[in-house]
Amino acid sequence: MAETFLDTKGMNCPLPILKTKKTIKGLNAGDTVKVESTDPGSVKDFGAFCRSTGNKLLDQSEADGVYTYIIEKP
Amino acid sequence: MSDGDNDKKMCIIVTKGTLDWAYPPFILATTAAAMDVECTLFFTFYGLQLLKKDVSHLQISTLGNPAMEMPMMGMHMTMPNIVSAIPGADAVASTMMKNMMKKKGVASIEELREMAQEGDVRFVACNMTMDLFEYTKDDLIDGVELGGAATWMEAAKEADINLYI
Repeated sequence: MAETFLDTKGMNCPLPILKTKKTIKGLNAGDTVKVESTDPGSVKDFGAFCRSTGNKLLDQSEADGVYTYIIEKP
Repeated sequence: MSDGDNDKKMCIIVTKGTLDWAYPPFILATTAAAMDVECTLFFTFYGLQLLKKDVSHLQISTLGNPAMEMPMMGMHMTMPNIVSAIPGADAVASTMMKNMMKKKGVASIEELREMAQEGDVRFVACNMTMDLFEYTKDDLIDGVELGGAATWMEAAKEADINLYI
């Protein structure tokens, strides 16, 4: 299963979500995308996005103001 | 468009044509599309401005908006109504706003509009106000349908979320 990296650092709402969706669209089921964001609002938004779309939020973390999400396409 | 199992729909009436009010409909429509929600935007009156090929003319107005505070040198500057009487004041405020947005990584209206179209958001321009302001389809970007109140009603009846902006 492939992992794609998506850098959305510096982007503001709703761009991180929009770019993530675009990336997920090109993935196969079971593939993951690792997204980095500097938007503190992304914490709630990525949770809501994944719950609402059925994509799996495998992991999320924060270090030095960078939020990292690992999302799996179902 | 939808590759999730959502079959929700959203419908927004877009009535405003200033730079600040251009954001909510496009932000919500693009996010709706990203979350597999089918979305229709119905543009009427000044909202038609947002469908013009070139949207660089969109401005914010300092008039009648006591809540407008621009961050400046670590403080917030309010814009008294009298400021808007100065020629070019709105243009200056709009340029400030655009620079601020760029610095903060906020998408441009052009960018959001394009992403909305990529996400199959349906754009409907109100026929009556097109006629009223003497706009033709050639004034607007491609991919816009023309329709009236009944067209909106049909979409709105099916929608789970109906907003007026």
